[in-house]
Amino acid sequence: MALLEVKNLTTSFHTRDGVVKAVDGVSFSVEAGETVGIVGESGSGKSVTCYSLLKLIPMPPGKIEAGQALFDGMDLLQLPEAKMRGVRGKRIGLIFQDPMTSLNPYLKISTQLIEPLLIHEGISKSEALSRAIAEMDAVGIPDAKNRIHSYPHEFSGGMRQRVMIAMALITRPDILIADEPTTALDVTIQRQVLDLIKTRQKELGTAVVFITHDLAVVSEVCDYVNVMYAGRFVERAGVDTLFTKPRHAYTRALQRSIPALQKKNEVLYTIPGLPPNLATEIPGCAFAPRCPDSNGEAHAKTRPELVELESKHWVQNCPGCLSAGI
Amino acid sequence: MAYLELENLTKHFTKRKGLFTSELQTVRAVDGVSLSIEKGEILGLVGESGCGKSTLSRLIMQLLRPTSGSVVLEGERLADLPASEIRKRRRDFQMIFQDPYASLNPRMTVFSALAESITTRHPGLINNRSALEEAVAELMERVGLDARYIRKYPHEFSGGQRQRIAIARALGTEPKLVLADEPVSALDVSIQSQILNLLRKLRDELDLTMIFISHDLSVVRYIADRIAVMDEGKIVEVNEADRLFEEPQSDATKMLLSAIPQVRF
Repeated sequence: MALLEVKNLTTSFHTRDGVVKAVDGVSFSVEAGETVGIVGESGSGKSVTCYSLLKLIPMPPGKIEAGQALFDGMDLLQLPEAKMRGVRGKRIGLIFQDPMTSLNPYLKISTQLIEPLLIHEGISKSEALSRAIAEMDAVGIPDAKNRIHSYPHEFSGGMRQRVMIAMALITRPDILIADEPTTALDVTIQRQVLDLIKTRQKELGTAVVFITHDLAVVSEVCDYVNVMYAGRFVERAGVDTLFTKPRHAYTRALQRSIPALQKKNEVLYTIPGLPPNLATEIPGCAFAPRCPDSNGEAHAKTRPELVELESKHWVQNCPGCLSAGI
Repeated sequence: MAYLELENLTKHFTKRKGLFTSELQTVRAVDGVSLSIEKGEILGLVGESGCGKSTLSRLIMQLLRPTSGSVVLEGERLADLPASEIRKRRRDFQMIFQDPYASLNPRMTVFSALAESITTRHPGLINNRSALEEAVAELMERVGLDARYIRKYPHEFSGGQRQRIAIARALGTEPKLVLADEPVSALDVSIQSQILNLLRKLRDELDLTMIFISHDLSVVRYIADRIAVMDEGKIVEVNEADRLFEEPQSDATKMLLSAIPQVRF
C-alpha cells in the first residue's frame, strides 16, 4: 500500500477568460522513503498538482473538480480544514522556490522554526527551541545556537533554504514536497542543497515529491519521474528508463534541449511553439502542434490515455508522439 | 589593441566594523581585475554568488566608479571622462537582465519601449513617426518577434518573448558592448535554447561584443568563446570554453564544475 495515492486529480481555475484546466486527471503514488519527480515547463500544472493535495490553491477561482488523494486512510481532498491543518506542515512538509519570500522578514528564525512544533506538538517553548537548534545543526548551519536568534536577512540565500528545509522537516513529516527548491540558487549552492535534501531524506526516511523543470536535477535526485505537459502526465517511468528509453516526443524533445548535451557551434535544438492555452478545449494530443512530426495526421484525435508499456513505464498512447523522430 | 580592456580594475567598499566603532573594514569586491575582449567575442563570466561578478559588471557599465584601475573601450579610458560625457556614452554599453518580468516597464507598449531606445541613437526619428515605426518593426523582426504585436504590453507576452523584447531594447541603441547578466536563468529549458540561439545569431549578424554572466556552466560553455572564472574579487582563470572544462586549473573552477548536476545515462 502506497504512502500517498493520488487518483484522477482534476483542478481547474474559473477565470474571466474561461475555465483553465490546470490539472486534468493526474494519478500517481508515492512510496515511503521514495523520491518522485514531477517535471515540466512553467504552467504545465506541476505546482498546482501538489498545492491541490494540501488545499493551498485559492478557492475560488480554483476548484478541485474530481479525484482522490489517499494518505493514511484519509482522502486529503475531502478533509475538513481543521483536520487538514493537522496534516499540512506536520505530516506533509513543504519547501518553496524562493527562500527570500517564504520566510517572514519581521520574525526571528527561532520564532519561525519553533512555530510548527508549538502548533503541532504542543511542547514547551524551551523544549521546542532546543529541538530547533538541533535541527539547524542537522541541516549544516554553523553556530546554530546563536544564529537561531538572527533574522532572515542576516542569512545568505543558501542558508535560508537550509532554514526552510529545517522548518519543513522539524515535525518529521512522512512526505516532503519540494517545489523547485534550487531554481533560485546558484550552481554550487544548488549542489549543497540537493545533497542536504538527500542526506536528511535518508536519515529520516521521508518520501520526497520533487517539482522541477531541470532534467539534470531530476536525473540526480529522483527514483521515479512523471513528465507533465498541459495538465496531464505524458510519460511516467523510473529515472533510468526515462533517460535511456524515453518514448514520448515531449520527453525526448526536453532531453534534446539540454544545452550541456549539445555540440558547441551548432544551433541548439529547441521545441518550436508554445504550450497550449489551457482555457480552450484540447480535442486531441496536446503536444501535436509542437511535435516535429507535426503533419498532425499521426497524432491522436482524442485525448490519448496513458498505457503501461512495460512494468511501471507509462506513456500517452499517441501514435504521432511515439513515432516522431527527435 | 583589444576592443575592451580592463586594467587592474579594483573596487573596495568600506564600512564601519560596528555601530559604535570608527574602525573601518574594507571589502575588496573587485580586486585587480585585468581582462581583454576582442570585437565580436563572447566572454563568459562565472563564479559563485558573492564573488564580485555583479560589482565587476557595474564597473564595466560605468554604474560605479572604480577605486583604481580603468575600463578602456576602443582605446578610450572611460574613467577619465567627465560624468556628462559618460552619460552620452551609455548607449554604447547596454545590459540584458535576468528577469524579463521585472526589467520591462509594464505601462509601455513594445513600440514605446523600443522607440525610446532607438531614439537615443537617432534623435532625428522622434519627429518622424513612420520611419520610427519602421525601425521598431525591423528591430522586432531581428529578435524574432512578430511586428504585428507592436502595440501590445509586456504582460501580453510569454517569458521567452519578453526576454526577446528586453534584448531588442538593449540592441536599439546600437551598442558596442552588451552585458548579459544571467539572461536565461529565469526561463524554461526549451525557451532557454531559443534565447541562446538568438544571442548567437545576433552576435554573428551584428558582430556584437558580449559579456555573458551566468552560474550555469553548461550554458556558458555553449555560448562563450572564452570563459573567465571569478573568485573573491579576482579572476582566477581565463581559458577557451572547451579547454576550461577539459583542463580546469584553479580550485574555484574545479569546484564549479563538480557542482553541475549531471544527466546520467
